[in-house]
Amino acid sequence: MRHGRWRFLLGALVPALVLHVVFVLSPYAQAFYLSLTDWTGVAGEAHYVGAGNYARLGGDSLFLDAVRNNAVMLVVVPFVTIAIGLGLASLLRKGRGAGGYQIVYFFPQLLSLVVIGVLWGFVYNPNTGLLNSGLRAVGLGSLAQSWLAEPVFALAAVMAVLVWSSVGFYVVLFRAAIDGIPPELYEAALLDGAGAWTTFRRITVPLVRETVQVAFVYLGIAALDGFAVVQVMTVGPGGPDGATEVIGLSLYRNAFTYGKFGYASAMGVALFFATLTLAVLALRAGRRERLELA
Amino acid sequence: MTVLREKPVLTAAPAEVGVRKNRINPLPQVAMLCWAVVTALPLLWAVVSSVKSDDEILNSPWSLPASPHFDNWARAWTSANIGRYFLNSLIVVGGALLLTMFLGALVAYALARYDFRGNRLIYYTFVAAMFFPVFLALVPLFFVVQRLGLLGTYPGLILVYAAYAVPFTVFFLHAFFRTLPSEIAEAAFLDGCSHGAVFFRVMLPLARPGLTAVGIFNFLGLWNQYLLPLVLNPDPDRYVLAQGLAALSVSQGYRSDWGGLFAGLTIAMLPVLVAYVAFQRHIRAGMTAGAVK
Repeated sequence: MRHGRWRFLLGALVPALVLHVVFVLSPYAQAFYLSLTDWTGVAGEAHYVGAGNYARLGGDSLFLDAVRNNAVMLVVVPFVTIAIGLGLASLLRKGRGAGGYQIVYFFPQLLSLVVIGVLWGFVYNPNTGLLNSGLRAVGLGSLAQSWLAEPVFALAAVMAVLVWSSVGFYVVLFRAAIDGIPPELYEAALLDGAGAWTTFRRITVPLVRETVQVAFVYLGIAALDGFAVVQVMTVGPGGPDGATEVIGLSLYRNAFTYGKFGYASAMGVALFFATLTLAVLALRAGRRERLELA
Repeated sequence: MTVLREKPVLTAAPAEVGVRKNRINPLPQVAMLCWAVVTALPLLWAVVSSVKSDDEILNSPWSLPASPHFDNWARAWTSANIGRYFLNSLIVVGGALLLTMFLGALVAYALARYDFRGNRLIYYTFVAAMFFPVFLALVPLFFVVQRLGLLGTYPGLILVYAAYAVPFTVFFLHAFFRTLPSEIAEAAFLDGCSHGAVFFRVMLPLARPGLTAVGIFNFLGLWNQYLLPLVLNPDPDRYVLAQGLAALSVSQGYRSDWGGLFAGLTIAMLPVLVAYVAFQRHIRAGMTAGAVK
């Protein structure tokens, strides 16, 4: 029996562990080392340059554009998505046809970001796109823009797509959290004469706070990415003039177009620390909230 | 809820009754409808455009086609290679999904139901990988796959897809296997079943709801994968659907065939839509459960 137990455990764990070490752990570990070299892909030609790559990051204006854009996305995308998602979820609580709406809202979540990027590239097309021709049809033709070609609008257009694609998921997530709130609380609020807004602010929001925090982490991580939509949809990609550049795109270009693998790895490490900081901050905020409620 | 809602109206001052009655507040309905339109309109527009002629697409983007041009679809499927990309996606995602579920379930079960030294360490080794951005691994991963001679091959993509999907699968199923009762497994051991037999014949069937949920989640994640194939799958003959569609939309030569491009887009959305309509409750439950865990 003991013999069979070990044989089973080895058979169950070893194949997955080998796969994990070869394709996941070792690349992650190598990335930290590569980021300290000037490697350009030629075997044996990696020279140790210390923090040189990181110092160069600070003077790379396109990379700084990317950091700025990701920072803007990190603030705007989660906030707008959660506001719309939470609002719609609390409306669905008592609205008629809630099930049907939920089915429609959720669908974009299932589409590949490439499909979404191509689709919205069409929507934003200055001449034949859905948006501009719609604006012209209702007499607002003066508002029509080359959305993706104007530096002022391009990043907003990208963020709108990210919000569009993720709201449905958070509606469903928040709806489940709201359904977990005891209905007596809502009934009591109603009997006390509380309006819809007060009920939302005083009952719904505090009681779904933990779910909102989870949502912030997920949306924040997605906002630090943005690669697929930007790469497929924007001019350049990343343009015009760096207006929609994101860290992932800079990394991809430096590695696989310019062959600066060491430098690209330094960007990966920077992105890793940004993600880590975000997760840690969110977790610490979560702990504090829980104490407050207790 | 609606019944309760009217109660305060009855207790309110008589002067207010009329005002409140008019206010069966239309705003929530309007807001919900608005977002439904915002969500559905671009999708419907793409589907309608996929059966319009180029002339109609360029000159009257909001109108319905005079007569449906299904030849757009045929052109996208064959001459634009969407059919081939579709098949590539099926092979890679199918293989990776099977491998992920098999390995993920085995690891999750072994870690959840057996006590041994290093158990926790192995568990955290897997789970920690979920918190690392894939971008960090991208450059070394490319060279690992290249050195193994797996660049641009089906097995290469399948192995890498599975490697990156296993951690979440382990995390999700680990919790699931812990909740299963141990009496049935013990009875099976007493009946002389081997460890492997207990897993495959007893525990795996019991875990079916968890396997379905994480399976759906993995399928969607793998089907929509873009970054990994973009880097590891440079051969246009082996492009997966997302890659092929992205390449089509940027390739200058194809720019003139708007109908074909919309058709390709629609073909890429359709299987997901069909699966969603068929399993929508499972899908929503599975995906949101994954997030809260």
